[in-house]
Amino acid sequence: MGRWAIAVHGGAGVDPNLPAQRQDEAKQLLTRCLNLGISSLQSSLSAIDVVELVVRELESDPFFNSGRGSALTENGTVEMEASIMDGPKRRCGAVSGLTTVKNPVSLARLVMDKSPHSYLAFSGAEAFAKQQGVVMVDNDYFVTEENLGMLKLAKEANAIVFDYRIPSLGLGSCSAGAGAAIDNGLQMNGLPISIYAPETVGCVVVDSEGRCAAATSTGGLMNKMIGRIGDSPLIGSGTYACNICAVSCTGEGEAIIRGTLARDVAAVMEYKGLGLQDAIDFVVKERLDEGKAGMIAVSSNGEVAYGFNTTGMFRGCATEDGFMEVGIWE
Amino acid sequence: MGWAIALHGGAGPIPNSLPKERREPREAALRYCLAIGVEALKANLPALDVVELVVRELENNPFFNAGKGSVLTANGTVEMEASIMDGKTKSCGAVSGLSTVVNAVSLARLVMEKTPHVYLGFDGAEAFAREQGVETVDASHFVTPENNERLNLAKEADRVQVDYTPAVQKEILVETLTADGDSQIGTVGCVAVDNSGNLATATSTGGLVNKMVGRIGDTPVIGAGTYANSLCAVSATGVGEAIIKATVARDVAALMEYKGLSLEEAAKYVIHESVPKGNAGLVAVSAKGEVAMEFNTFGMFRACATEDGYSEIAIWPSSSVQE
Repeated sequence: MGRWAIAVHGGAGVDPNLPAQRQDEAKQLLTRCLNLGISSLQSSLSAIDVVELVVRELESDPFFNSGRGSALTENGTVEMEASIMDGPKRRCGAVSGLTTVKNPVSLARLVMDKSPHSYLAFSGAEAFAKQQGVVMVDNDYFVTEENLGMLKLAKEANAIVFDYRIPSLGLGSCSAGAGAAIDNGLQMNGLPISIYAPETVGCVVVDSEGRCAAATSTGGLMNKMIGRIGDSPLIGSGTYACNICAVSCTGEGEAIIRGTLARDVAAVMEYKGLGLQDAIDFVVKERLDEGKAGMIAVSSNGEVAYGFNTTGMFRGCATEDGFMEVGIWE
Repeated sequence: MGWAIALHGGAGPIPNSLPKERREPREAALRYCLAIGVEALKANLPALDVVELVVRELENNPFFNAGKGSVLTANGTVEMEASIMDGKTKSCGAVSGLSTVVNAVSLARLVMEKTPHVYLGFDGAEAFAREQGVETVDASHFVTPENNERLNLAKEADRVQVDYTPAVQKEILVETLTADGDSQIGTVGCVAVDNSGNLATATSTGGLVNKMVGRIGDTPVIGAGTYANSLCAVSATGVGEAIIKATVARDVAALMEYKGLSLEEAAKYVIHESVPKGNAGLVAVSAKGEVAMEFNTFGMFRACATEDGYSEIAIWPSSSVQE
């Protein structure tokens, strides 16, 4: 028997001025999700079931940017995406452009288990959700007051950026990431962007039989274009699991895609012989170019590790040995 | 060093008995598109422009499953997807769920160059196409009698499959659906390295015949169907679900980068060790001007040329047609 390990994240790139109360709330939520995962592992649930369960919990809580509390598109709607991958046979499922599915990660799981495909999107994914009978809610359910405020600020900031003036909005009290994005001059992929809400959620698990699994879920970027797809549903970018490790990434989606970040953690272990933490350090240093991101990972022999080059990453991890950590900053 | 180019028109169970009237137009199209690419490289066009140009030509050809020849979804509609990647900057663009855009690959390039994003899908991608003023046609333009016939064949084949579990279907889909040897393969792609050593890749497809509406395959997924960096450029084709989970295109590059394999060794390893037999093929070029065209299917429509005068157009493993 191997040793289980688990890690969760609630996004990389945290506003350095995040109020203490929000920090406490984030830590409480991460701890609650971690404990849910731990107790599931202790009752011998398989890794794939545990990552789905934990990500569902994160989606259902409005705090982070997935499920309820998702970032809004330029039209003020929610378009969610998620993916899940089971290490042993590298089975995977992904969804994009969901507007009424309460738990995108579970629809990704159904794509994996019940469809002949790996990835369904937009109206086709919604139709599949109806056919499978998953819980569906009105789009308004996902929209929070706070995110409506963020979208308004994002649109204002955008206008300023397009005027080629330095934005100087007081965004300190807003949700994580906004401040950092402003400081970086609002550039992404070489072009000015909207404020991004990088609080994508994810979970990676290795169970006591050494099976690895990963799941990632997000609302995407605040003020994103309709139809924009990020790294979270892309196998090899936001999510990857095989028989040696499982990885979930978060941050600037475009940089994560260019770096095929999740697969590369596994690839440097597989092809270069690096250990888990070395693999993460290597990928953060060598594969992110100018991008900002973070990731969590577990290995099949029960190690857990994380890395990020952003200002902070909401994360928690635990192993069977009794190690447990919940943190935001370095 | 020197330029090199390779292109494909899909890998799959292409039978040796493929009728002449189906084989010859494809060979002619491969020859035509290769010549366009070679000429562009000789005229010092950057690799990125060359792959876009060649894939546009392949999209415009009705004999391949991309652009004009795209296959139909279960609902009888067209949903095209494509991606493009520049090796030097690793900039990339991708699109899915297009129903009216004539050249999906060019919209992918516009996503890369004119948006802050990498990947747009469905209504949002269509709206972006209109905003950019690219050529569009009515969605019905793509729904040809041939396409409807293919869909009907696929639906009949599907009925035979009810005994299989969905998990098994993912592996056998192509084998059963292409009973006529012609119905759905034909994703197109092009990889090129120019005289300055710049690498680029592009892939475009109509997807899987009788696919569920909204299904996304490997073609627009960077790292799966398409990948380029400073070492090599790769375009893959075959069973999308198998290519996604094996991150085929990225793995060719990763094996060169992390394990020191040559282009040919890396391509062989990925196709023969990482993907189930009968599921995939790829074309690739290296910064040094090498070419690899590897597949574990019965055949792959393919063509390549290098600066030192080598050229090949072929379908099956041993039946290359020398220029």
